[in-house]
Amino acid sequence: MKIKQSKGDRIFDIINIILLIAVTLVILYPLYFIVIASFSDPLEVLAGKVVLYPKNFSLDAYGMVFKDSSIMTGYRNTIFYTVFGTALNITLSVLAAYPLSRRDFIGRQFLTMVLTVTMFFSGGMIPLYLTVTSLGLLDTVWAILLPGAISVWNVVIIRTYFQTSIPFELTEAAMVDGASNFQLLFRVVLPLSTPVIAVMVLFYGVAHWNAFFNALIYINSKQLYPLQLVLRSILIQNTPSDEMMADLDTAASRQLLAETIKYALIVVATAPIIAVYPFLQKYFVKGIMVGAVKG
Amino acid sequence: MKEKAINSSSGKLWRGIAKNWQLYLMFLPVLAYFIIFHYVPMYGVQIAFKDFAGSLGIWDSPWVGFKHFTRFFNGSNCGTIIWNTVSISLYSLAVGFPVPILLAVMLNEVRGKLFKKTVQTVTYAPYFISMVVMAGMIMLFLSPSSGIINVARKAMGLEAINFMYESKYFKTIYVLTGVWQNAGWGSIIYLSALAGIDPALHEAAVIDGASRMRRIWHINIPGILPTVCIMLIMNCGSLMSVGFEKVFLLMNDLNRSSAEVISTYVYKVGLTQSQYSFSTAINLFNSVINFITLVTVNTIVKKMDQTSLF
Repeated sequence: MKIKQSKGDRIFDIINIILLIAVTLVILYPLYFIVIASFSDPLEVLAGKVVLYPKNFSLDAYGMVFKDSSIMTGYRNTIFYTVFGTALNITLSVLAAYPLSRRDFIGRQFLTMVLTVTMFFSGGMIPLYLTVTSLGLLDTVWAILLPGAISVWNVVIIRTYFQTSIPFELTEAAMVDGASNFQLLFRVVLPLSTPVIAVMVLFYGVAHWNAFFNALIYINSKQLYPLQLVLRSILIQNTPSDEMMADLDTAASRQLLAETIKYALIVVATAPIIAVYPFLQKYFVKGIMVGAVKG
Repeated sequence: MKEKAINSSSGKLWRGIAKNWQLYLMFLPVLAYFIIFHYVPMYGVQIAFKDFAGSLGIWDSPWVGFKHFTRFFNGSNCGTIIWNTVSISLYSLAVGFPVPILLAVMLNEVRGKLFKKTVQTVTYAPYFISMVVMAGMIMLFLSPSSGIINVARKAMGLEAINFMYESKYFKTIYVLTGVWQNAGWGSIIYLSALAGIDPALHEAAVIDGASRMRRIWHINIPGILPTVCIMLIMNCGSLMSVGFEKVFLLMNDLNRSSAEVISTYVYKVGLTQSQYSFSTAINLFNSVINFITLVTVNTIVKKMDQTSLF
């Protein structure tokens, strides 16, 4: 469609683009500020002199962050929870979605109902807490991995994908060739489902990386703390670890560095996700829209 | 109906199940998960009507009826907590709902692919930031001594404001930062609705000499209206639930009066004060209200002859 633009339309275009640039800057600047502040001299940050680029470039804050054992333990734990948690989520969600996607799975309606009911009714915080306690999971990694291991919403997304994007003829042909249901799932269906699995890895993975609620209520031992709980005590409760502060001589310099440490910590904690997500961005719309189609 | 037909001959039913035994094997761990982590806790909800004692267990704890519910409704902070929950929801809805629509409509008009992609990548990004980091950022930026907002105020000769410690700012902080974090992500659904509009409509309008604004107003807006309605109604369905994490992280003793919502209160009385039954009762009350709103809202959608939600 190539039609000469009227003057009004051109003005519209210009205003639209200016507004969008403004929106982008409003969203980008706080993120950018965190990064430049983390590389700056704390004095300059506190004086409000860091605006567009780092002043008196310094890596001290990062040095402190990487030296601190509680942060590093948290980081290691979070990587563990993210990797194993996501693997568990994906496995269970696929095992839920595949049978439910099959028309010849007798009891499908009933089992779908069993899952859907949990989207609207839940025991709530305390009954779940009591269940986790009575299973003896309190203060173990399982208390972080197991409750919430399957999101019904994600199961619906995967099931809908299996139903709509994988041609039935293909499964039928494999069945005629004598493939078992396991073979069907692993050799035919899953290899064709990379987009939806990619979105699920992203959704579940990000959720694990950012999670702190399960750890907050079920975990007591500091050596099991995920990164977000460590972050919480430093960023929100303002209690930098003693270790971090021990080798700084004066109270004033501690106070000062404590501020830039926060910026550096935010960068260290968020960078992995922000770095990965643009590569998966193309799958988002697909994933979200498949879910929006009524199941 | 189909199931009935199969049920009439149980031999056929069993053959059907036996043929797909592997599917049932796959589903077994899933079913176990749902029973243990969803249905067992649902059974535990009965402690809302009991005085739960750990030594007696869920079943044997003494029955007290609606004691915990009346205690909540007669409590001095019940009104405040419900008001905070509803007002934060409504405030978020009023400010946060239109922004993604506007953003999507604007993005839809952009022709440059690279520019569009860049704007999308940037605006989606905050959605992936964890709530802890988000709350940390809010506190850093609003800090009375070093936060950029107060540094700017001081530079203009104004006095610094301790935003986090004054309860009157809490809801606005909550809502505006929510818009910052979620507007981009929220626009995705409208963008794809816009992509589904028949281009022939636009071509015809161009031939009739319609300007861009006119086409947006008369083609794009009506085109996404069904999606907008559904999203609005879905949002109304969660009017009585405000997420736990953000409020919990941003709340302190000085802003508590306008911050405490049902979910944080349930946590406070339940896990920090160990009043298990009381906490479960409040949670149950909240779930019931949520369910009623959702069903009401779904009925309204059906009446409006839109696709219902479930």
